[in-house]
Amino acid sequence: MTSHWCDFQNTDVILHCGSNSVENHPVSSLWLGKAHDRGAKWIVVDPRYTRTAEQADIYCPIRSGTDIAFYGGMYHWIIENLIDPNLEKYLATGEMGDYNYEYLLNYTNASYLLDPEFDFDPETGLYSGWDEKTKTYSNHSWHYQTEKEENWDTSASGDYAWVKKDGVPEFTTPTLTLPKRDMTLQDPMCVYQQVKKHYERYTLDAVCDICGMDKETLELVYSTYGSTAKPGRAGMVLYALGQTQHSYGAQNTRAMCVMQLLLGNIGIPGGGVNALRGEPNVQGATDMGMMVNEHPAYLKWANTTDRSSLRKWLESQTYSAGYYTNKPKFIVSSLKEWFGDAATVENDYGYDWWPKVPSEKGDQDYTHISTFELMKQGVIKGYFNWGMNPCHSAPNAGNVRRSMANLDWLVVADQVETESAAFWKAPDMNPAEIQTTVYFLPCALIYEKPGTILNSGRWLQWRYQAVEPWDQAKPDLEMCDLLWTEICRLYKEEGGANPAPILNTKWDYYVNGKIDFRPVSWALNGYRTANSDFKAGKVDLLKGYSELGADGSTSCAMWIYSGFYNNNDAPLDPAQQPIGRRDNNDKSGLGLNSNWAFSWPSNRRILYNRNSCDTKGKPWNPDKKLMEWDGSKWDLVDQGDFVSAKNGQQVPPNNNTFFMLWEQNARLESYGMEDGPMPEHYEPFESPFDNALNGSQNNPMIKFTEYESTAHGGTDEYPIIATTYSVTEHWQTGGQSRSCPALVEAMPSQFCEMSEEFAAEKGIKPGDKVRVWNKRGSVVVDAYVTKRLKPFTIHGKTQHQVGLTHHFGWTHLYGTGDTVNDLTPNVGDPNTMVPEYKAFLVNIEKA
Amino acid sequence: MNLTRRGFMKATGAAFATSMAFQLTQQSPALAVESNSDWKLVNTEEYTNICCYCAGGCGSLLSVRDGELINLEGDPDHPINQGGLCPKGAAMFQLRNIVDPETREVIKNPDRVTKPMVRRPGASEWEDITWEDAVKEIARKVKDTRDATFEETDKNGLTVNRTPAIASLGGSQENSEEEYLILKMMRSLGVIAIDNQARV
Repeated sequence: MTSHWCDFQNTDVILHCGSNSVENHPVSSLWLGKAHDRGAKWIVVDPRYTRTAEQADIYCPIRSGTDIAFYGGMYHWIIENLIDPNLEKYLATGEMGDYNYEYLLNYTNASYLLDPEFDFDPETGLYSGWDEKTKTYSNHSWHYQTEKEENWDTSASGDYAWVKKDGVPEFTTPTLTLPKRDMTLQDPMCVYQQVKKHYERYTLDAVCDICGMDKETLELVYSTYGSTAKPGRAGMVLYALGQTQHSYGAQNTRAMCVMQLLLGNIGIPGGGVNALRGEPNVQGATDMGMMVNEHPAYLKWANTTDRSSLRKWLESQTYSAGYYTNKPKFIVSSLKEWFGDAATVENDYGYDWWPKVPSEKGDQDYTHISTFELMKQGVIKGYFNWGMNPCHSAPNAGNVRRSMANLDWLVVADQVETESAAFWKAPDMNPAEIQTTVYFLPCALIYEKPGTILNSGRWLQWRYQAVEPWDQAKPDLEMCDLLWTEICRLYKEEGGANPAPILNTKWDYYVNGKIDFRPVSWALNGYRTANSDFKAGKVDLLKGYSELGADGSTSCAMWIYSGFYNNNDAPLDPAQQPIGRRDNNDKSGLGLNSNWAFSWPSNRRILYNRNSCDTKGKPWNPDKKLMEWDGSKWDLVDQGDFVSAKNGQQVPPNNNTFFMLWEQNARLESYGMEDGPMPEHYEPFESPFDNALNGSQNNPMIKFTEYESTAHGGTDEYPIIATTYSVTEHWQTGGQSRSCPALVEAMPSQFCEMSEEFAAEKGIKPGDKVRVWNKRGSVVVDAYVTKRLKPFTIHGKTQHQVGLTHHFGWTHLYGTGDTVNDLTPNVGDPNTMVPEYKAFLVNIEKA
Repeated sequence: MNLTRRGFMKATGAAFATSMAFQLTQQSPALAVESNSDWKLVNTEEYTNICCYCAGGCGSLLSVRDGELINLEGDPDHPINQGGLCPKGAAMFQLRNIVDPETREVIKNPDRVTKPMVRRPGASEWEDITWEDAVKEIARKVKDTRDATFEETDKNGLTVNRTPAIASLGGSQENSEEEYLILKMMRSLGVIAIDNQARV
């Protein structure tokens, strides 16, 4: 989230799209209810009348997978009704009325001129730069026109003098290309005009036809949410996997950003783009960069092209302006923490010991979905599952089981026998034919170990160990240490394939000879290298990331966390660290709770918060002040997300309000996406309808359709749209919730929810067993006939949609059932490789 | 009640401070009557934790007596959940202990697996294994797989130090310190196929 849970109370209009938070993030209700009680309007856009819709003022049904049409229609509505009518008047008089022109002009790239070659062709559904042979884009024409260039001043008195310090790796510093702008927004190549042109096709009628919406309701949604464009008003969008799990899920997310930027809703109290994350510490795992191409703290992992050496990393990743000019400090400090004394400027701080991910066009992909193909091919032979259960949670789960049967060995660390641990004895598998050795390592429960966890609002909170683990269960931390110690012993004694990356890895997180969470916290926070010696129990913790250097003098695994554990007076006591703070006396009156725990970065509670003030530094809404420029200094209620002081001097207000981007303005159009600079509607991989807005049926860059296992069924045999969702009593694969008898009693089985109309058509009665199937799998579940789903009318045709819960599987004592993810398609988004769980086709019959 | 509770909560967490927290609970002026030794939470130590389900980050309060979990409830001082828990959060106690439907005794949750196991090739059942043997066997398999597939350089002669033959999945259920060590172990082995719940 750019915001946090307690900030929901500050909003004027709530928009749920792709989230049913009242059911799945129940604590959200407390804070949404406070806003609602105060008079905020609440909109829910969802295929189903959910528990969240029940609370809302406006419910607008939407066919699964058509969110971009909905958002595009909103941009069109905003431009036609709010921006264009009074733009000239604003330019002449500065009067804003119901639209925040100042935000649009000064804080976004609306006025930036795009390359003259920039184009989109509705006939083909493709942007300029498409290469049919590789099915990829060159983003060259998605960039800006250049006004002038500036180089870094690395002289002794310059801003970038640190580049020349001893110990800083050599690299060519970047050149800042200042974009050409038209502050009247009239130039046809300016981003605003291009956005306007692009979404002209997204009329109310077109959107209603594609999404299956009612025009009056849709207009009410647009005008209600559009009312937040007025300076001082706030609109908040809440989303979850309903937005991301599509073959254009990343563009769905972009679409919400663009909407929020057009309405001036980013960086203000009660605003933001708020992902309600789906795992207790998935925020932490994302921050940690536990993904093929990622590196901790939103840096990028080493690869074979633009990051094939430390120098190349520095030259491709360091921004020409804004805060990411500091990236060399982050990566060198990360290397120093990783390899310790073995990392020196002479050996590029050990950079080449890191594995490099293949990244040339056409190279094999190694993300989640592809790993199962690689198991089938015999490339991947060994597999670790750390509290994750792909035989249940991965799309096309039957394919996953069959692929895993080809593994030599599998290690599962979990608290229960998951479907993955027991894949070899699944009902459709024959153990005698499966040669995989499987190890099950029993793990400690959350209250049987200490450590740091992050919530969706980026709060780092400390968990205290209450009890010892049962029997032989151990925290994963200890498992890692046991394995690592033994692996190191083998390499020391026997040698083997290049032992250097292993034997040079710093692994000294012990207290009194026992592996311990706290020294790892030191590593995450960062410390001064020279004054620290973990083996001797000595550490000199950094106050925060502003103290990091690119010269090897500091070590830090996670620059964004720096400051969460920085009290050198009590390095072994989390209760005396910023993360351990428990002062719930909120002085801001806005629920910032700045003295409770710690929020990354730098205890900032609302990201991009400089945008809560106008260009003079005055809050858009004086009643909800995050900061204010008083004429000589900044009064900061939240930690400022901008340069408020430099060299001890206060910096007066400027327009660099998004300083994590080199432009320091936010992007309505972005060259950073793989599959297009502006969100464009495409149909899901499996859809009964042709794309009515452009000539490309699917996302032109949709991933993994070449894998035979994806098994598209065809719309004649499989005419029913299906989606999946959760119930409040269960959690994901049910590994935890199905082991609790009370929860299984409360929700004993999974179901296929369907409309009364569809049930009548098929002769299905409530409680009947139904078979739901497609070419990938077949499951039998209970029929749940409700008024919450209604048939859609799409392009004049009646279309049925059903929903399935997905928490059950064949293992466990208390609640078993078929694996619904046997049905979902293993295709994905080209930016994130996230699968398309939320819109696919099935057929249904009474079982 | 709030003030007293907050006062002693500040003291919990540090291992040495739990006895002080214990003393403070005994002195709580919020108890309008003398405590009764039958009361469920008498003579317990309290620890704070964070829920293991959605990413709300709700605080929980765990009461422990003689090393065993006695009660789990929402943390009333926590600014996000203010003492509330959802059905799943409220049932977190059962992850460890349940009530035996026959005897009505609190017993260890029988659905949980608390010892290492191994399933051998072709076998249809699990076998028990010691931690020591499991660790030795896994380390051997990791080394053999890595050694057989390790690529020090790629086709262009670039140093790549990787193995495509090992994959690692998961991390969002672990604490951040554990995430770092999982990542560090895997990357230093040369693993590129690393992913977690954020990918879905």
